[in-house]
Amino acid sequence: MSEAGAIPGQSAQTSPSGAGQPAIVLDRVNKWYGAIHVLRDISTSIAQGERVVVCGPSGSGKSTMIRCINRLERHEEGRIIVDGIELTDDLRALDQIRREVGMVFQQFNLFPHLTILENCTLAPVWVRKMPKKEAEELAMSYLRRVRIPEQAHKYPAQLSGGQQQRVAIARALCMRPKIMLFDEPTSALDPEMIKEVLDTMIELAETGMTMVCVTHEMGFARQVADCVIFMDRGEIVERGTPAQIFEDPRTERLKLFLSQILRGH
Amino acid sequence: MKSAQIDPVPSVAGTTAVGAVARERPPAAVLGPWPWIRRNLFASWWSTAITLALGYVLARWAVAFFDWAFVNAVWSVPYNAEGVPDTASCRTAKGIGACWAVIGDRFRFILFGRYTYDQQWRPAVCVVLFLALYGISALRQFWRRELLLIWLVVLAIIGILMWGGVFGLPYVPQDSWGGLPITLILATFGLAVAFPLSILVALGRRSRNLPAVRALCIGYVELIRGVPLISVLFMASVMFPLFMPEGVNIDKLLRAQIAIILFAAAYLAEVVRGGLQAVPTGQYEAADALGLRYWQKTRLIILPQALRLVIPPLVNTFIGFFKDTSLVLIIGIFDFLSAGKLVLSEPAWQGFSSEVYLILAFVYFCFCYAMARYSRGLEREFGAAKRR
Repeated sequence: MSEAGAIPGQSAQTSPSGAGQPAIVLDRVNKWYGAIHVLRDISTSIAQGERVVVCGPSGSGKSTMIRCINRLERHEEGRIIVDGIELTDDLRALDQIRREVGMVFQQFNLFPHLTILENCTLAPVWVRKMPKKEAEELAMSYLRRVRIPEQAHKYPAQLSGGQQQRVAIARALCMRPKIMLFDEPTSALDPEMIKEVLDTMIELAETGMTMVCVTHEMGFARQVADCVIFMDRGEIVERGTPAQIFEDPRTERLKLFLSQILRGH
Repeated sequence: MKSAQIDPVPSVAGTTAVGAVARERPPAAVLGPWPWIRRNLFASWWSTAITLALGYVLARWAVAFFDWAFVNAVWSVPYNAEGVPDTASCRTAKGIGACWAVIGDRFRFILFGRYTYDQQWRPAVCVVLFLALYGISALRQFWRRELLLIWLVVLAIIGILMWGGVFGLPYVPQDSWGGLPITLILATFGLAVAFPLSILVALGRRSRNLPAVRALCIGYVELIRGVPLISVLFMASVMFPLFMPEGVNIDKLLRAQIAIILFAAAYLAEVVRGGLQAVPTGQYEAADALGLRYWQKTRLIILPQALRLVIPPLVNTFIGFFKDTSLVLIIGIFDFLSAGKLVLSEPAWQGFSSEVYLILAFVYFCFCYAMARYSRGLEREFGAAKRR
């Protein structure tokens, strides 16, 4: 198939070394901002198809952790292995990982000088070397999936926040990633728009995508997460199923956090 | 749209009701010239006084200028047997009327300097080519790869026309070039080369991974910014040949051209850097996360946004350098301004500087104003995409 040629490794959900291999492995990862120790001995493993929600108070290092997974931040110690490839200073490995890892940001970060369609086709055309026509068809199929195909020729500033975030999800999906990272995707949205974005994410979760999602939306976590990671002060404090985390917190720190966010709701 | 479906209440309470009373336009502002004049010029007694006083001064000046420039002007002068103009009528009219005869008599010298007289159609064609090149480059439908090719071809043609020596065109040494083509060559080549160079320098100065490149770019910008253009031109024309091996001599115009390029690039680099800094970090991160390489990210995401942000200061610098090319007169290159000055040093036309400078200023103004208008158009066009 021509598609398989254009997108190396795409069909190989099982590659490079078998289905049992975890999608992401973090092994004693440490990071400092100056003298501040922001990630302390983070070790965890995320299986393929697993949906992980990362929560914790602000400044707990959860954003920093997922930004290390595609090296928007550099970790200083430890090992990060994504899809069987270790993240190092090797740019080729980094390129390969970024191709397979999509990311959605709190501030959407759509490219304001490009139309919605161009936002979605840019990376497939330039990174995957996909023919423009094919990339446009792909983009339209994802825009239909996030239910905004009619906005394809508008510019980002003409869309609402919720629509922009759905475009950002479609843009990341156009690279057909194996893993999707969400960095507080609903935190910058007006309350009435949060639901449309969460609905899109729930639909995505149902397709079996590996997802790592930093969010405060506990309803979302209960509904779709296989596993919740609670972080505080740069450490993973607890990890468990949503039921374990929300109904049976073991540490005082998690109990305190849960009582605070529940009071807020 | 989706929001329309999940939102039934406002469609009854809000939309329809508003629709019934909605008007096509907001209430019209008071229109027409008279209300405008009343509001802006005669709103109070002191506003009225200032309007009248300024109006009087302006009217007096306009009438005086009209008398000088048109009514009492001398449009041509007779020539004596040797072909030397007899400027007696101009001298009697001096102070009362303009002597446009100086322009009529010497316009070809002002435009083309000492370029071989009967070959002056060649620089004239060059000027037209330059104008056509600007015109094509200004149109967005021509912003394609082929435009670069057009530029190279046109610049080659201009070189052939100016120098000659091939295709039966007599050779004209660079020393005798002058006038408007010199100004356009220096400004066009200067900015066309300096602009890409400045982008590289700006990127280099922001580079975090290449400290040596970064240091080099900082050193270059600070060094050039720290010295006046005149001294760089002097160095290019006087000192540079001293360091060259015997017998090697680079054309004086080329040396001045390089000096202008290096100088303009340093200034433009700082403007571009300002734009690069104004692009939010999220844009860099989104491009990285999608897997774009450094140059893809820079070319497709960062520069288009950065350059749009800095159109006003960029054009400001362009206009400044267009006029600064006139400084080459101090190293003996006869650009448009110096050709005008040369006319004023001729015995027949000494003392008619107002007329000559007025015309020179008018031509410079036309070029600079065209740039300014064009940049405003660009801003509007790019702004339209960002507005809701």
